[in-house]
Amino acid sequence: MSATVKWFWFASPQTFFPLAGTIARWCAIAAALLAAAGLYVGFFVAPTDAQQGEAYRIIFIHVPAAWMSMFLYVVMAFWAAIGLAFNTRLSGMMASGIAPTGALFTFIALWTGALWGRPTWGAYWVWDARLTSELILLFLYLGFMALQAAIDDPRRADRAGALLAIVGAVNVPIIYYSVQWWNTLHQGASVSLTRAPSMASAMLAGMVLMALAFWLYSIAAALARVRCIILERE
Amino acid sequence: MIAAARCIVVRDLLLALRRRSDVATALLFFVIVASLFPLGVGAEPNLLRAVAPGVIWVAALLSTMLSLGRLFAADHADGTLEQMLLGAAPLGVVVAAKSFAHWLAAGLPLVAIAPVIALQYDLPASLYGVLALSLLLGTPVLSLIGAIGAALTLGLRGGGVLLSLLVLPLYVPVLIIGAGSVDMAAAGLAPAGQLQLLAAMLVVAAAFAPWAIAAALRISTE
Repeated sequence: MSATVKWFWFASPQTFFPLAGTIARWCAIAAALLAAAGLYVGFFVAPTDAQQGEAYRIIFIHVPAAWMSMFLYVVMAFWAAIGLAFNTRLSGMMASGIAPTGALFTFIALWTGALWGRPTWGAYWVWDARLTSELILLFLYLGFMALQAAIDDPRRADRAGALLAIVGAVNVPIIYYSVQWWNTLHQGASVSLTRAPSMASAMLAGMVLMALAFWLYSIAAALARVRCIILERE
Repeated sequence: MIAAARCIVVRDLLLALRRRSDVATALLFFVIVASLFPLGVGAEPNLLRAVAPGVIWVAALLSTMLSLGRLFAADHADGTLEQMLLGAAPLGVVVAAKSFAHWLAAGLPLVAIAPVIALQYDLPASLYGVLALSLLLGTPVLSLIGAIGAALTLGLRGGGVLLSLLVLPLYVPVLIIGAGSVDMAAAGLAPAGQLQLLAAMLVVAAAFAPWAIAAALRISTE
């Protein structure tokens, strides 16, 4: 029962503010260390790919960023739903704190994907199902942020954004499958993102390290942003 | 409840009839956008036939967008919307009726005029039925999803542009399946599967969108 009490204790922005500061600091330090380790493994330990040569090494940024971009949307929609259900102020702040980081990772995934696609496929952009749905995900993030920016009253901004995030979250699987279906109709399997299932363990280790680093960075950045929002509003 | 819904549909249609130019503008926009594409991409018949379903569907999306801003704005301005929020009829039913009226005034004319555009694009006559049917099933989904965006952006500055930013990404599945069904039929395959998917989207949107629209209206007017 005490755990429950504690959760609600930290649901108040005033009590959450110092906790967020501590967590953000430690997460930022851990993210920096893990990113350094991950980049070291990625650049110096992981072997050169047999087919793609050195170009594949962008995978250590690209894949974790793509994972985070999708995961953060789910987290954002989760906080949005909590905020609508329990009418807590902090949940809306969390959602608006996460959105820019999610949009950033979506953009990084698209950008590194373009840089990776040029040497391997010979094109910066192909209308692949995953690329297209990632692009639409970026539009969803930008729509969420634009809606919140257009509303002056922070409570209304939180609640309107929350509803949009939930509608978007319901739509994301439908968008993904429709884009995939569209892709198979319009374009043969000329380009496939599925890699060979066997991956050197050093590559996997580098990717997991980078994913953890991005995860901790997201927590740190989101909480730092929430602290700014708390200072601004309270 | 049904009486309230019927009352709102009749009222909104009457309002649309009194301001015919609004309805005509959106329809004209649809025709103009569709007519601009051949000027841009060239009048090669094979090319036009290939792009016709997509162009007509994109034009339908944009035209629906254009009329969405008016869905709640006038009622919000003169206080009718507040009466609807306070009234005895469930808000979900009220907004479902308003979305239906919006579709009757904005979506149905598109369905009727689409074959004329298809004629311009030299689409085979056998595809007119599929095109009209896909628009008939798809445009109500556009009205329902768009109404969520219209309710969220009610009374905001720059509402129109913001509305398109919010709603157009959500329209993607309807566009893909709708234009895809015509492509499918053009390729000589049975479009039934795509039309059924479109019908499924309509059922899901009709079941859930009214609650989201009602919640959005409550947020926007509190």
